[in-house]
Amino acid sequence: MKTYIKILSLFAVLSFTIGFSSCSDDDDPMAVKTYEQEDYMARPAINTVFVNTGEKDAFNTTLPKDGAATWGAKFKTKLLALNAGYTTNLLGLDATTFSNVLAADVLTVSLTEPTTFYNGTQVLTGRALADDVITVELILIFGGPDATSNPNLTDDHVDANDKAFLTSFPYLAEAH
Amino acid sequence: MKKYSKKNFAILLISTLVILSGVYLIAADHIDAPAVTGKGSDITDVYAFQSPANSSNMVFVVNVQGLLAPSATAAATFDPEVMVEINIDNSATKDNVEDLVIQATFENGKVQVYGPVAPLQTGLNSTLVTTGNIVEATVSPYKGTLSMGEKNGIKVFAGPRDDPFFFDLDAYKAIIGGTSTKFNNPGNDTFKGTNVLSLVVEVPKSMLGTGSVNIWATSNRRK
Repeated sequence: MKTYIKILSLFAVLSFTIGFSSCSDDDDPMAVKTYEQEDYMARPAINTVFVNTGEKDAFNTTLPKDGAATWGAKFKTKLLALNAGYTTNLLGLDATTFSNVLAADVLTVSLTEPTTFYNGTQVLTGRALADDVITVELILIFGGPDATSNPNLTDDHVDANDKAFLTSFPYLAEAH
Repeated sequence: MKKYSKKNFAILLISTLVILSGVYLIAADHIDAPAVTGKGSDITDVYAFQSPANSSNMVFVVNVQGLLAPSATAAATFDPEVMVEINIDNSATKDNVEDLVIQATFENGKVQVYGPVAPLQTGLNSTLVTTGNIVEATVSPYKGTLSMGEKNGIKVFAGPRDDPFFFDLDAYKAIIGGTSTKFNNPGNDTFKGTNVLSLVVEVPKSMLGTGSVNIWATSNRRK
């Protein structure tokens, strides 16, 4: 009986050792898996519109806490290149403030209010599938303090998706 | 002719193509930067909205690999070396440092979603946190049966969907390029008829914090 227990114990130790050593195996689910950031986004089109060619990979490996300090001044230069007549926008933000807000690229999401990029009442409380985010951004870049400046540039006149969204999970329309 | 060796010409040609494709195809975050263009890590869009089906829940969508033609969609797959992370700052000060993460990996035809859970470290490197919620689902095939996973109130979907993004990108590039001074009315949706690979995660708001949170998505390659 003792021998039997000893064999069992040995087997247990062996299994444990085998199990444990397999943790270092690259493909083992128990292995610690570490990953390095390659792409980053929050608000739509920020890297595309505000970051110069040659710096886009650098923006993608920025942390949002460092965004304003790293990219704020460059975003302001780009903003004024897009709209030389920029004064303030519908949010009342001057060029420096608006650029710093955009450069710290995060999406604020309300846990209590309706979630929308802009619905006439709520501003930047999330991003819903049907939100016309590009038109909102065009208004904030080109529309001036009351959204009436540069009327030819503040709406791309594509106001909705080409397929209807679902009312139940997973909400996105089936693939074409 | 020495100046234009075959190698130099090839480099010139490739650079020109890269520049041209950059000008013509960039959009919300589609093909935004050289290091991610054409890779499984290229995030196209991020969405965060209250569930249309349950006001106690929040839905996060992260799309990758945009501008998929229907003919290319069946063959498109999530990259098993890429982890998609939704970063959530729920601090009172909104310091834009993640307090919670939702992490998704795509291996062997399955999506596994970890969290929401406190990250093991903040910054450019992320370690998979396997000690919290883990929800698994089969990655849904193109035009096939829709699969989803659900556990502890968390719902998970991964698979090809219509790209929900819409924009007259051609008109925008004409304006930026100086060949036009205005958008057209009606506009033309450059993303009409194209697909993406979508990750959809629905979680109870109570797991996220109170008031509001700041979120951002990252794609991260296995080290």
